[in-house]
Amino acid sequence: MKRLKKIIIICGHYGSGKTNFAVNLAVDLRKQGYPVTLTDMDIVNPYFRSSDHSEMLDSKGIKVIAPVYANTNLDAPAIPAEMYSAFDRSGYSLFDMGGDDAGATVMGQFFRNITGKEYDMLYVINGKRAMIENVHDAAEMLYSIESASRLKATYIVNNTHLKDYTDAKTILESMEYAEKVSEAVNLPILCTTYPVSMIKEQEISATGGIITQHLYPVEVFVKTPWEVN
Amino acid sequence: MAKVLMKGNEALAEAAIMAGCRHFFGYPITPQTELAAYMAKKMPKIGGVYLQAESEIAAINMVLGASAAGKRAMTSSSSPGISLKSEGISYIAGSDLPAVIVNVQRGGPGLGGIQPSQADYWQATRATGHGDFHLMVYAPSTVQEMTDLVALAFDNADKYRMPVMILSDGMLGQMMEPVELKTANATDCPIEKPWAACGHRNSRPHNVINSLYLTPQALEELVKKRYEKYEVIKKEEQMADEYLTDDADIILVAYGASSRICRTAVNTARKEGIKAGLIRPITLWPYPAKYIEKHIAHAKAFLCVEMSMGQMVDDVRLCVNGRKPVAFYGRTGGIIPAPDEVLNEIRKLTGGVK
Repeated sequence: MKRLKKIIIICGHYGSGKTNFAVNLAVDLRKQGYPVTLTDMDIVNPYFRSSDHSEMLDSKGIKVIAPVYANTNLDAPAIPAEMYSAFDRSGYSLFDMGGDDAGATVMGQFFRNITGKEYDMLYVINGKRAMIENVHDAAEMLYSIESASRLKATYIVNNTHLKDYTDAKTILESMEYAEKVSEAVNLPILCTTYPVSMIKEQEISATGGIITQHLYPVEVFVKTPWEVN
Repeated sequence: MAKVLMKGNEALAEAAIMAGCRHFFGYPITPQTELAAYMAKKMPKIGGVYLQAESEIAAINMVLGASAAGKRAMTSSSSPGISLKSEGISYIAGSDLPAVIVNVQRGGPGLGGIQPSQADYWQATRATGHGDFHLMVYAPSTVQEMTDLVALAFDNADKYRMPVMILSDGMLGQMMEPVELKTANATDCPIEKPWAACGHRNSRPHNVINSLYLTPQALEELVKKRYEKYEVIKKEEQMADEYLTDDADIILVAYGASSRICRTAVNTARKEGIKAGLIRPITLWPYPAKYIEKHIAHAKAFLCVEMSMGQMVDDVRLCVNGRKPVAFYGRTGGIIPAPDEVLNEIRKLTGGVK
């Protein structure tokens, strides 16, 4: 996969898989030996967020910065002062934004902290996700996120899956969708993810299709309480 | 149609639109907000009405108004918001109007919390507002089932002219699952509504929508007529899903998100050689008593699991009526029981050994 800038912002539609991708990327960068900070920026939706995985991330030596009331019973969108420090940390600093333009608005307030710094903003898409499954809507979604966050995306992450129904064909077929979104918004594709617990890389090539995108294996961290490990 | 990933809340909204609902009145509250947000985005594009009312009370009365005019109308909220809507729900029931009300439950009482809960069972099945009346209550347990039950809810609301509730919870509302949306029902209102107050054009007498009756005799007569209808519903509309119940010694009873936990626990128990099974009520009112009745003879015990201090367990006990032991396990305040906790309860009931 291409080398990314030290500030990595992960954005996308609600439920496109931002959190799962952010957690995977954080873990992988840490494995490579870099200091890694993961900032949970979602103050819109209280469920299924990266700070749900704080314990696991802590154990791997990844610093997690979360909204003040994350994982409590309070629905108060408050940002801790510590979040300002996330722009000046050593190593990689990942920002897991909230969904849609609503979630991206939070990033807009840090505009001054990010001005003059190099960053990559990854737009996570899922061709099986309702409301962005067509190319036009996926493009419109990106523009509204860019406008709210006052930042420009630099890559597309094709995170197409259909939960338990995901197979090698799902991944292969998603590449065409990703290409079309890529053309529509004029951004390169960083990678196409596949759930490594369900599919092997060889299975995707065995479909006989042409693999045009970098394949990135991901663990499924975001789960419902009845999905036993 | 091909499968797509949807959050429960979005699926509830899309299913309502596909069922011909073009009138949605809401007020934001976590964890149901995506439902209203979806309606806000979609309704203007398809000639429908999304209106964020000034309060929950206003929203439910707008539902009453739209329904009185013969339209398929819906509102949604989470627990504290449903309490506010309950006055209007009673008026809707008292006016014999159809309506679909979604409750994506969160912890309570009071403002409680924003995490998932099932502590509004009593409210939904016993007392959503004052007076002698019932709601039909559906409890989906998957995102797919949410879409199917919303369509059924609208149909039955029209058929029986009464409010119908979809009782969900924060976990089901927020999680994503693959869903196949069934082909759209294009008509705004498939059932004729000769009672609707939508203009008489000098061709018929006025239709009056009202819940005030001037004499106790008239009110008693009407309420009794409604209760005859409720008896029909109790006979015709019970729904439940059964999982490994045929030879089960221990029968778990759980709905919604709890039933998903229980299914996992039942599978593990079976691996340990414990004959566990699961009855998952889909209708909470009418309570699916006949599904429980079937198994009273062979079951050694029932275990009701809820995300509450024990509410549905009352209905299980009413069905079992002392013939077999009925145990309860629950977590509350926004906590979902873990499959292991439920498994432990199953083990306890079987004497700790297989």
